[in-house]
Amino acid sequence: LLLDEHADYIAAYGSKKDDYEYTLSEYLRMSGIYWGLTVMDLMGQLSRMNREEIIEFIKSCQHDCGGISASTGHDPHLLYTLSAVQILSLYDSINVIDVDKVVDYVKGLQQEDGSFAGDKWGEIDTRFSFCAVATLSLLGKLDVINMDKAVEFVLSCMNFDGGFGCRPGSESHAGQIYCCTGFLSITGQLHQVNADLLGWWLCERQLPSGGLNGRPEKLPDVCYSWWVLAALKIIGRIHWIDKAKLRNFILACQDEETGGFADRPGDMVDPFHTLFGVAGLSLLGDEQIKPVNPVFCMPEDVLQRIGLQPDFTAHFVCLPINQTHLIQLISSLKETPGPEMGVRKGRHTKCAVLGGAQDQG
Amino acid sequence: MPYQFYKLLFNVLVFYFRDRKEWADLEPVPQDDGPNPVVKIAYSEKFTDVFDMFRALLQNDEKSERAFALTTEAIDLNAANYTVWHYRRVLLQALDKDLREEMKYITAIIEDQPKNYQVWHHRRMVVEWLNDPSEELQFVAEILSQDAKNYHAWQHRQWVMQEYKLWDGELEYVEELLEEDVRNNSAWNQRHFVINHTSGYSDSSILDREVQYTLKQIKKAPHNESAWNYLNGILQDGGLSSFPGLLEQVTELQDTCSSPYLTAFLVDLYEDALETNSSSYDQQEMFNKALELCKFLAEEKDTIRREYWNYVSRSLQNTYGSGDPVSASSDPPPPPSSSQLPDMEPSDP
Repeated sequence: LLLDEHADYIAAYGSKKDDYEYTLSEYLRMSGIYWGLTVMDLMGQLSRMNREEIIEFIKSCQHDCGGISASTGHDPHLLYTLSAVQILSLYDSINVIDVDKVVDYVKGLQQEDGSFAGDKWGEIDTRFSFCAVATLSLLGKLDVINMDKAVEFVLSCMNFDGGFGCRPGSESHAGQIYCCTGFLSITGQLHQVNADLLGWWLCERQLPSGGLNGRPEKLPDVCYSWWVLAALKIIGRIHWIDKAKLRNFILACQDEETGGFADRPGDMVDPFHTLFGVAGLSLLGDEQIKPVNPVFCMPEDVLQRIGLQPDFTAHFVCLPINQTHLIQLISSLKETPGPEMGVRKGRHTKCAVLGGAQDQG
Repeated sequence: MPYQFYKLLFNVLVFYFRDRKEWADLEPVPQDDGPNPVVKIAYSEKFTDVFDMFRALLQNDEKSERAFALTTEAIDLNAANYTVWHYRRVLLQALDKDLREEMKYITAIIEDQPKNYQVWHHRRMVVEWLNDPSEELQFVAEILSQDAKNYHAWQHRQWVMQEYKLWDGELEYVEELLEEDVRNNSAWNQRHFVINHTSGYSDSSILDREVQYTLKQIKKAPHNESAWNYLNGILQDGGLSSFPGLLEQVTELQDTCSSPYLTAFLVDLYEDALETNSSSYDQQEMFNKALELCKFLAEEKDTIRREYWNYVSRSLQNTYGSGDPVSASSDPPPPPSSSQLPDMEPSDP
């Protein structure tokens, strides 16, 4: 693992002579900054980035409607609003923007069926459901949206194989599954997932090479080391992956000369794959990298500082089926805030939720 | 060839917007990243020319033919720039442009760059404005003929079909695609989509047809995750062990069409028989066979997923076995069996 090389690569990104790719990616610049900063923070190198200038840049990207654009002179969009809020959370500077307006912007994108549009032009996608609740969760304002409808829409995207697509009926796809499990975690609804079925579908993404693909019969890609792995972590089944083989695959995607990670061994590197390669390794337990939160793809210590742990993410608890155990467990849970309780849901067993993420009753 | 030569050639051939007299009234607006530009953006000169001019138009909120022409140039340089697409749509409406022409334009762009969110969303908007889906299915079919798994193409197709109720002939289309590539997961998903929205699966003759169709495809290509997922998916409601003759049919396939998927399917079927306590099956036999197959998969056939198979084995033993609860060597004692609860890693709370 060539952490120094990766840090050097990210620190220098954007000032290199070959600017074509950088130019072309201006339309996602806010996300590009989020990828760079997050991976630097995970490697303990955040101080090498230029905090003040980035904060000024973000301020210049907030529009009157409250939404934030990818770069100056671009239109606002939910994707870049989330990235901006994530960056400001990393820097503990959320108040440099008008937070109330951001909240209004996000709220205004919810549709009647509970889904979220990416911007005023109306593209609907479960990615945007995730962006909406992640943004609001980081700002402590989840309560402004119609939660029931939002959940209803995401669940309507659950497919016969246990996975999720971008809209109801869309093919299950690892990226969308990450967004939906992340969404359900934030909204305290993970018990609605068939964790065994989905967990199996996700661990089926692992190919003999050790790498992970995003759908059946597709090629492996290092970014799926994040989408698949984080989703497995969220539903408590990350150990169903052969970790050693995956680690080998991820490491093979590094470029020894330039630093950074590519989508697969031998290809060109970029910050996107660099973040997800490093974050994947963190989830696999590499101790040289800070622990990463599987829902937000941000360092755990940042989320702890914000106070998002454990109240906003549902934890699964092993719930015994007999009454004595049940009573014992409930007494012990009273001391532990946050956990969501559920009962085994087989085909012929009722599912009962005994308490929500914020209700310990 | 030296760089300087190319630069000279480029300058001769390209007539920059900033030099064109019909653009002389506009002052190009250079990129401004704030007081101390941190995000250093070094453009090639043509980019600079086009996008500086674009920013000027945006600032003036200009709605004109030359603005429309500029969006074409900008898209040509970078079709992923969503702000340019937005502006183009504003102009399409403000200038009352010919939307049929726009359809031709977006068709060409998508054919060139079929894996881009903006182009597909733009097409959808034009179709909505025209309220005319008549070209869509054929167009998507053409794109899919180049890449039968293009996720954007499939979303567009599903939207058109649902919005305009164009279900006829789709099952036949899916079958054609599966003839070409029986492992096309998108096509299997589409099969489910179509039937779900038309006949549904509750009619036993439909379900039977689908089961037989799927088994036939499996015989052609046994190592096919999508087909097995589909089979499992359509039988979930009724239960795998309740479908008459299925166990026999699948067992028969074991000799010629063996795969980890077939074995996994048998485990699921045995587990369903146990769960429903079905009298059609010898419960002890189901239990023993299920455990045997889990071991086979963990140790030989699907070792990369041994953790999963060991979990299934433990769950079965804990639920249906007669002995003491079984744990993984590092499980906290005693874990309940469940399909819905987490199979906790040792380090989890």
